[in-house]
Amino acid sequence: MFEVPSIADLNLGLTLPALTLALGACLLLLVDVVFIPHDKKIRTAWLALMGIGASFTINLFTFNQSGTAFLGMFVADKFTGVMNAIILATAFISILLSVDYIKRAGIERGEFYALILFSVSGMMFMASANDLVAIFVSLELLSIPLYVLAAFRVPEVKSEESGLKYFILGAFSSAFFVYGAALIFGATGTTSLPDIFTAVQSIVADGGSSAFLLLIGTGLILVGLGFKVAVVPFHMWTPDVYEGAPTPVTAFMSVGAKAGGFAALLRLVLVALPTFVITAGDSTAAWQQVFWLVAAATLIVGNLVAVSQTNIKRLLAYSSIAHAGYIMMAVAAAGTAGIGDAAAQAALLYLAAYMFTNLGAFGVAQSIEKDDGSGTDLNDFIGLAKSRPGLAAMMAIFMLSLTGIPLTGGFIGKWFVFKTAIDAGLMPLAIIGVLTSVVSAFYYVRVIVNMYLRDGEGDPAAGATRAVNLAVYIALVGTLVIGILPMLATNITDAITLASAVAR
Amino acid sequence: MPEVSSAISLSTVVLFLPLVGMIVLLFMREQTQGEYIKWTALGFSLGTFAASILLWLSFNAAEPGMQFTQRLDWIPSAGISFAIGVDGVSILLIVLTAFMTPLAIISSFRVHVLHERGREKLYFMFMLLLEFAMLGVFMAQDLFMFYIFWEITLVPMYFLIGIWGSEQRIYAAVKFFLYTMAGSILMLLAILYVGINAQTFVIPEILAKLQSGALVFPYDGLFSVQGALFLGFFIAFAIKVPVWPFHSWLPDAHVQAPTAGSVILAGVLLKLGTYGLVRFCLPFFPQAAIGWAPIVATLAVIGIIYGAWVSYAQTDVKKLVAYSSVSHMGFVVLGIFALNAQGIQGGILQMVNHGISTGGLFLLVGMLYERRHTKALNAFGGIWKVLPVFGGLSLVITLSSMGLPGMNGFVGEFTILLGTFGSKQLGFFFALFATLGVILAAVYMLHMFQKVFMGEVVSEENKNLEGLHWQELAVLIPIVIVIFWIGLAPGAFFGSMDASVNQVVQTVGAAASTVVAP
Repeated sequence: MFEVPSIADLNLGLTLPALTLALGACLLLLVDVVFIPHDKKIRTAWLALMGIGASFTINLFTFNQSGTAFLGMFVADKFTGVMNAIILATAFISILLSVDYIKRAGIERGEFYALILFSVSGMMFMASANDLVAIFVSLELLSIPLYVLAAFRVPEVKSEESGLKYFILGAFSSAFFVYGAALIFGATGTTSLPDIFTAVQSIVADGGSSAFLLLIGTGLILVGLGFKVAVVPFHMWTPDVYEGAPTPVTAFMSVGAKAGGFAALLRLVLVALPTFVITAGDSTAAWQQVFWLVAAATLIVGNLVAVSQTNIKRLLAYSSIAHAGYIMMAVAAAGTAGIGDAAAQAALLYLAAYMFTNLGAFGVAQSIEKDDGSGTDLNDFIGLAKSRPGLAAMMAIFMLSLTGIPLTGGFIGKWFVFKTAIDAGLMPLAIIGVLTSVVSAFYYVRVIVNMYLRDGEGDPAAGATRAVNLAVYIALVGTLVIGILPMLATNITDAITLASAVAR
Repeated sequence: MPEVSSAISLSTVVLFLPLVGMIVLLFMREQTQGEYIKWTALGFSLGTFAASILLWLSFNAAEPGMQFTQRLDWIPSAGISFAIGVDGVSILLIVLTAFMTPLAIISSFRVHVLHERGREKLYFMFMLLLEFAMLGVFMAQDLFMFYIFWEITLVPMYFLIGIWGSEQRIYAAVKFFLYTMAGSILMLLAILYVGINAQTFVIPEILAKLQSGALVFPYDGLFSVQGALFLGFFIAFAIKVPVWPFHSWLPDAHVQAPTAGSVILAGVLLKLGTYGLVRFCLPFFPQAAIGWAPIVATLAVIGIIYGAWVSYAQTDVKKLVAYSSVSHMGFVVLGIFALNAQGIQGGILQMVNHGISTGGLFLLVGMLYERRHTKALNAFGGIWKVLPVFGGLSLVITLSSMGLPGMNGFVGEFTILLGTFGSKQLGFFFALFATLGVILAAVYMLHMFQKVFMGEVVSEENKNLEGLHWQELAVLIPIVIVIFWIGLAPGAFFGSMDASVNQVVQTVGAAASTVVAP
């Protein structure tokens, strides 16, 4: 009854980018304990960076390949390739940000890097998971190291609180995901995304109670993944966790976890549920309305609450909620027939731009942070343009990019997201999106006001070590390249065929 | 629009010279090369001016379409190109931009804020970036590009006001940024909607599709699809102009900005809005433009009278000039929405006139401020006796702003009034109230001139004011020359825009036959 698959059936070649990293993380854990002395933990960081580099290289080779592996649990396509690149870049920059930070914070331990690699491999598996079970497993692989990382700054109370809060709420949300997956299984009799797609056709045609089950299941999965990507109303944990966690971890979390979560969400709605409509013949999917509302609420709450923040980490936390709203807008747009691939492209472009910009902003924030974790107030930016003009200029560019001012990546992301939203007939949502970006301009510009327009002694920015500077430079180049030469990013993402591959 | 070409057109040179200048400045060192920074900036802006003159000389006035076009693929799969071109609507504004920027740069040489607050390099970099962005707005032939340049103008202006402005600069800078962004972001949605439906963002291609009927924005009322798109564009432009009641950012920005900032703001930046009206609102949405014309013109006339009224009440010279901008720009909008050739030509010429006259007025205020460190109207009096040359030049510029015959302002306003009078949409009453604005302009301008220059020297501090520096003369004299040139021989200016404006009018005229009266 149960056949043991042969190794050839697993089709391991396609999974190599993620697999390399997962194995590398295991190896790093061992190497770190056995070979690397306590005062030379920087070597672990270099090894981790090499691992990421190797995975990135392999990803380039497998980029154009497509197919399934692990008996259909895992799928490789362009979407996976692009997502992998985004996730690996996130990890690379985050590790550069961490090297000196964890040293001066007195928490330099080798497992830090191994944990990051585990989490990254979780994100990569999530981007290519083709089955609800696989999504769940990779979700846990992504999350558990993050719980530990958030609390890495023990015995700092805020960091402990951060880890604990994240863990409890994270576990809670995982339960929602599992329940949702179970309901979908109940409705369709399968957990494989392409098979769900097939089953949905007959469910829609029948119009029976299975559709109801499927809708509830989708909603519960949205809760589970929505928690990970921090969309309203599942965002409550974000500011506290972001503020308490070590800054590079916050940077990593704010981008990586979002990338993984949105990858799974996009694949789920585009591969499994694009044709799930209430009454046969509708051109918009049944779940679009809910996603629409979540996106709108996220945009409004994230941006409005960010206005009153006085701490840069909390500000970036709330703004990261707001940015999740923009990506969510693209996901909602995917519910209109024919828009799917354009929506996936918009979400990826937004993610890529947001990744560079946000990591860069965290890099600068970390540069002026003191060893004891203080110095992250907005007032600490006063006079930075005088003391560190280069750093201030880069921060200004990141802030403008987060606002969505042209010639930066943020604008390209917004352009494509708004475009798909309008294309999908979601004009009201697009209007909410643009109005809330005006609100966001208010708090991003405040950082620039402090740096440039207020007089004061600037911070010496002791945290701007060479590694951090390198990370910020990479982020700057990424932000500007996407902004000025967007065709480089769009050409790669043009070929994404997430929706049309199935819905043919 | 030609297909992708690799030869560099003259327009590209004009556009990118300021950017090159900015990049050169970026690599100069403030400590060791401080003296050369301002001269480098001036050199590049003068080079741009020379190139723009060359562009104007080689411009073929008989050709209604785009000239000096250049097109490169930018995001091919999204229908976005790097496309620029020059036509009769934009050529004068390009020259105006290239003319005002060097003047603004020279006027900054002797400004004390710049010496006090330092960061000279950053200041001149922002100046050149601003010039680049403004030229880009006037040249862009792709909606994506247009929007990029449009938004980019915000950034340098924000910093110019915010870093080198007066006491309440931060408030004014943030207000300017948020106000303008709020307007333009709705335009972004309208742009996307147009682009999605046209399946291209290249402006001439969109116009061609509209003309051939391959692209239709249905119009059956002010808030129908076309009406809403019109509004999306119009609000962005109206805030920039500013049309009453969207003007509240302007007095703050003007009063707080450094002199050069005010000069550029009044001289060119406000024209981005009125240019947008002619370039997009009329040819893209002709029926909506006809439908909205009476409402927009009413706002414009209110602005004319309100601006003049409030201007008269000011006790701060700079604020007085700032409010006069609201009044003058109202004329431009009125002319454009007369929707006939005279009105639009007068409007475009008045953009140039206002840029030169009001830019000049701000320069004068700046020079007074440098000497007395105050902008209060009652601090002056009898300045003519102390500084006769300055007084004479000021008289010319003040009279030109008032619209005295023989000077530039008269030609523009007169043509606009003619156009309004003969307009099918507007007519007698609009012209009547606008004429009232001309009279009021004389009142507040003469009031200002009298308070500052006439009478006896009352204040002790005014008795020993420093005479005009040659750099200040170098700024004022070109302005006075242009004032008389346009006033006495406007033919060359009207001639340049004739063909292109007629084309716009034809587009609107063709649509008029299909319009249902609102």
